[in-house]
Amino acid sequence: MADPMKIRANVVGDTTEVKVLMSHEMETGQRKDAQGKTIPAWHIQTVNATWNGKTVLSAQWGPAVAKNPFLSFKFKGGAKGDKVQITWTDTRGDTRTDEATIG
Amino acid sequence: MRSHHRRAAQGVAALFILAAATALGQGSPVDEIAKYRAALQDGNPAELWEARGEDMWKQARGPKKASLERCDLGLGPGVVKGAYSELPKYFADADRVQDLETRLVWCMVTQQGYTEADAKKNPFGAGNDKKADMEALVAYVTSESRGIRMNVPQSHPKEQEAYRIGEKIFYYRGGPHDFGCATCHGDDGKRIRLQDLPNLTKVDGARKAYTTWPAYRVSQGELRSFQWRLNDCFRQQRFPELEFASDASIALTMFLARNANGAEFDAPAIKR
Repeated sequence: MADPMKIRANVVGDTTEVKVLMSHEMETGQRKDAQGKTIPAWHIQTVNATWNGKTVLSAQWGPAVAKNPFLSFKFKGGAKGDKVQITWTDTRGDTRTDEATIG
Repeated sequence: MRSHHRRAAQGVAALFILAAATALGQGSPVDEIAKYRAALQDGNPAELWEARGEDMWKQARGPKKASLERCDLGLGPGVVKGAYSELPKYFADADRVQDLETRLVWCMVTQQGYTEADAKKNPFGAGNDKKADMEALVAYVTSESRGIRMNVPQSHPKEQEAYRIGEKIFYYRGGPHDFGCATCHGDDGKRIRLQDLPNLTKVDGARKAYTTWPAYRVSQGELRSFQWRLNDCFRQQRFPELEFASDASIALTMFLARNANGAEFDAPAIKR
């Protein structure tokens, strides 16, 4: 199973700033191994963020996103103590969900 | 007359374009790399290793099903906070000077029941299929010394001996290129391709270099320990492989760590 994400969420004025580190290989499908065989693509495809159950960000990612990606975004609203939940799904169908409390 | 004017006007226009291009950025490559590093600072994936290492530190592992929470890194059993700022040091139980990695191997053998060979295998990770537990543990322990000043001891004779040997290795030239650490790290303003090399014979260079390892290497997608740094320097010098957790590696670490004394530790860092 994939390693946990590292999520920080803080209220800045009337918005909430969320910073997420994800642990993922993000293999592009363009590289070849030592035998010359193509290494199959394996990367995060969709990212979904919810605040108290309501979607505040949904993204579709491709092979151009870096290994162990860092995502930072802001949304209007949010208060200390609210929950932010992030879910990603990759090309193998693996998925991981982690939650953080807004500070 | 007319054509002369026009040529002059074209010249002025060309000058403006040049000036604009300079103003728009495109500083020296070194400045650009510094900007790139600053941009990366915010989301350092080293934190993923720190989290994995902390988890591993607390997990009951090995044949004896013990955690590392009783491991003495020099400040007493289980004390992690600030431990790295005083390593390497002499440990009476092992009767030897040990750096962090060697001490972790010691704890894995004596407390968790691993064989030494098992504890030492796979010290450097390579992608998802070959994750290194050692680098995760190193990330966690070193992160607990962030902001603490380096205070590496030289009170025990073996600590002094390690420093002397480390110094000797640093200046020793050999191998097919008649190379030594000091060849690259003994002068100001040297670089390897576009990377500035720190002058480790000066206080500033020694402090800045030592306090920013371990680091997440973006180009490798891995967190790299100080043992890895030394190992790779030896490879680049075309020296025989520096054995992981060997006396030579500890001595060289002692020399470099001690020279950074007084500087605030600021790692795990992030490097290109």
